[in-house]
Amino acid sequence: MPATTTTGYEAGKDKMISHIEKYTAKLVNQGLSMPNEVTMMLLDADISANRPLDDCSPELLGVFDRMNINSLLFARPAEPYWTIINFLLEHNDKGARSNKIVPQDCETRTFFHDIPVIEHFSSDEIYEALSARKSVIIRNRGIASWGHVSLEQAFVSFSSTCFSTYVKFFDDMLQIFSQDNADEQTAKQLNLALGLLKPSIPDFTTSTLHKGSAKTEIEALMMITEAGKAVVRHRLVDSFFGNISVFLNEKIYISQTGSSLEELETCIDEVPIDGSSSAGITASSELSAHKNIYLTTKNKAILHGHPKFSVIMSMHAARTASNEGKCNIFGMPLVSGDIGTGSRGIVNTVPPAIKNAGCALVCGHGVFTASNDDFNAPLTRMLKTEEYCLKECINILRACCPSSLTKFLPNLYN
Amino acid sequence: MTGYTGKGLRVDLSTGKTYIIVTPVSLCADFIGGRGFGVKMISDRITLSYDDADMPLIFATGPLVGTAAPTSGRMSVISRSPLTDTVFDCSVGGRFGTELKRAGYDFIEITGKSSQWVSMIIKDSNVSLVGSDNLKGFTTSETSASFGNMSCAAIGPAGENLVRYASIVFDKHYCAGRGGLGAVMGSKKLKAVAVKGSSAISVMDTAALDAARKEIMRLLRASQAVFGEFGLSEFGTAALVDLIHSRRMEPTQNFRKTIFDNASEYSGYRMKERYKTRKEGCSGCPVLCKKISSNGEVMPEFETVSHFGALNNCSDLEAIVKSNTICNEMGIDSITAASTIACYSEIEGISVTAEQMHDLLRRISIRSCKLADALAEGSYRYAESKGAPEMSMSVKKLELPAYDPRGAYGMALAYATSNRGGCHLRAYPVSHEILRRPVATDRFSFEGKARIIRISEDLNAVVDSLTACKFVFFGASLEEFAKAFNSVTGSDHNSQSLLKAGERIWNLERRLNEMNGFTKSDDDLPARFFIEDGSSSEMIKISAINREDFLNARNNYYRIRGW
Repeated sequence: MPATTTTGYEAGKDKMISHIEKYTAKLVNQGLSMPNEVTMMLLDADISANRPLDDCSPELLGVFDRMNINSLLFARPAEPYWTIINFLLEHNDKGARSNKIVPQDCETRTFFHDIPVIEHFSSDEIYEALSARKSVIIRNRGIASWGHVSLEQAFVSFSSTCFSTYVKFFDDMLQIFSQDNADEQTAKQLNLALGLLKPSIPDFTTSTLHKGSAKTEIEALMMITEAGKAVVRHRLVDSFFGNISVFLNEKIYISQTGSSLEELETCIDEVPIDGSSSAGITASSELSAHKNIYLTTKNKAILHGHPKFSVIMSMHAARTASNEGKCNIFGMPLVSGDIGTGSRGIVNTVPPAIKNAGCALVCGHGVFTASNDDFNAPLTRMLKTEEYCLKECINILRACCPSSLTKFLPNLYN
Repeated sequence: MTGYTGKGLRVDLSTGKTYIIVTPVSLCADFIGGRGFGVKMISDRITLSYDDADMPLIFATGPLVGTAAPTSGRMSVISRSPLTDTVFDCSVGGRFGTELKRAGYDFIEITGKSSQWVSMIIKDSNVSLVGSDNLKGFTTSETSASFGNMSCAAIGPAGENLVRYASIVFDKHYCAGRGGLGAVMGSKKLKAVAVKGSSAISVMDTAALDAARKEIMRLLRASQAVFGEFGLSEFGTAALVDLIHSRRMEPTQNFRKTIFDNASEYSGYRMKERYKTRKEGCSGCPVLCKKISSNGEVMPEFETVSHFGALNNCSDLEAIVKSNTICNEMGIDSITAASTIACYSEIEGISVTAEQMHDLLRRISIRSCKLADALAEGSYRYAESKGAPEMSMSVKKLELPAYDPRGAYGMALAYATSNRGGCHLRAYPVSHEILRRPVATDRFSFEGKARIIRISEDLNAVVDSLTACKFVFFGASLEEFAKAFNSVTGSDHNSQSLLKAGERIWNLERRLNEMNGFTKSDDDLPARFFIEDGSSSEMIKISAINREDFLNARNNYYRIRGW
């Protein structure tokens, strides 16, 4: 559906519309929603939208009128996200209607705190919820999110809501089944979700990327850009969940903070490893972890992403392992995932793990892989780990499933 | 109501009398604190001249001051600016706000004029005025030292001599720098205010405040711009030197160029290496962005280092640090001082040496000669007196800081619409246009910027009224600060209701400026930015701003504001 605008001067209008079309396409291409399920509105002096304003819900327009924001996104998530969210809502209720979901993954805990849930698709309820949080789940309708600087904020919040509820669903399932608390309804729900899972599963066939270590700055930039596109194309991560770097001539070339991994062409910072320039203040917030890896190993390329099942299994492993420091998944050491520079912060926990094993799984956060030349091995390692974690997750669920319920869990993904 | 002491101090310097007044509940509800308090309190006297005895000078704390909320040590100073003639507020750090609140006051409103130099001393409920003719001519640090361990707000010789950009220096090196509020203080013959308080600050729900604080701290730790390897905590605001240089938007030689080849000579890294700096910060701040050398000398902020550097064609770090020290000691705004001298250099076709710069700064502060007297009026009045007002790189007579608007179009619009003139902090679009926070926007486009600027102006009016630090918002958001505010005061605000208060404050400021004759024609940039290109490279083109695009965006802004 073509985007429209009310009024506005031509040049601006065109750009506003292309912005809307870009993020609508991202939602669809990343399997987060369907084109006809998306309403995206952007406001400067005039409203632009991805559909005629007459077709936009008056309730959403009412929210836009009341909030001091510049963008609003509402969409029903694609499957399996929507089924998963509905299960979480039902499961959360436990007799009383729950008004929020509290994910446990690292990113969501830090940036979202929790995700409010409302009953009705009304301006009042949506406004109240979005006045306090970045996104809201509206029962039986979908997810709404907003931005005050860019539509990108609304997109990231929507994407993060899908990611965090997905992770929570499987983490909850692992807890329920491993604690022998599964009932028939839960098994049916899990079966339903597993049956819908395919669109969210990465393409595990390996890709061939540029071979050999970077010899020039241009080659370094090209390698990072190529690797970024690959992790998104494989659906290992959505656009904004990761960072990538190359080390060349005493400089780290690294994706910028909040950059979209499939669009890194102009979003790479050059950071001297001796710290002599602070232009890297816009680099990924995990720059220091990358730097410490380069300082303590011979690696030349680092890939970091948040593949869903790797995150899920890291949380499960941390919960069930007797000693986190000695735990590993698929040969990948599990380390703590605090954000920042504390002793349990990834800046201190990841580099030693990379030194010993060439990779690390950060609890509740994601995967770091590295190599001493190019991104082929790191990408393959990330793909294999995610594939292993997916299978392992389902195997554990099956193994823990009471015999009376195994008929509800078909032998998927083995 | 918790979060407020419920009372303020009114001081009439003409009579020497002090009064306790109740903090109106409606003032707290509608204007929050800090900047909001001051703007509302001054509104019925805003048409008076800055040096009229009845013109108030207001020191106002915010509801978070003195609590466990991160960056809760700030406060605001408000009056009418001698430089811009607009209503003017400065957000200032240090520990004065905390001490004032602990002494039992939400604010001080100072009116009248003393017949001799005086200082005000506040020790809890004991308030006194003491003769201070003996402090006349003292630098700000000398003045501050004479009050022992009390927190002290002092003017230097520049304030005494009514330099139009005289600052008020708090606790030796935290400045209410811009707009010349030091001259308002000087016009009242008030040399210093010293305060010491001993009461605890009441909070409605300490557990909820602790939860909000933890959320804010988690976000700050995740912010590369704050706690990252190159963030403000490590290098102070001078961390921006390399970044702004790399973006080719570094005002150079009075904005004739946008790149200065030797900027790395005074970068944050270089400063840290050369001066072995340590971290210091405002009361209640975990970031500690103030950098102090091993011998106790305060390091210049980004704006200062860039303007005494690139803007004045100087790459000598020691000379720049000395210029900053002179500004702090004499009590003048370093941004306006550096920009005024750069303007003078361009008009006269000269290049000022480091020694001449230091000499000029001292002379300006005491208006010691005809040239110094002219430069003490600020760049616009000086350039106008020379028949070349277009050489003043200012908006509403306030000199522009160290972000060239040709390199960030949101900044261009924000400079123009700012209620206090050419200021980067009203909307701070550098956050998204350069620092990618909360997300990146296209810095070479006016697309969508009108609404972004409006929202940011409202947001920063809230931040200045709470009174929090803008840097915290590189990580946290109003979502978390609404929680902190509610837990302190027991209110039921969310980010949107706080933004309503911000809009109220902004619109009131605009009305006050209109009462003093300001119109839309004042919302404009110097012509240079529309007719001269910046310094492009093969990769980055810095063009003159398209005037039609600028005017369209400004018109959109007015429509959004409903003006």
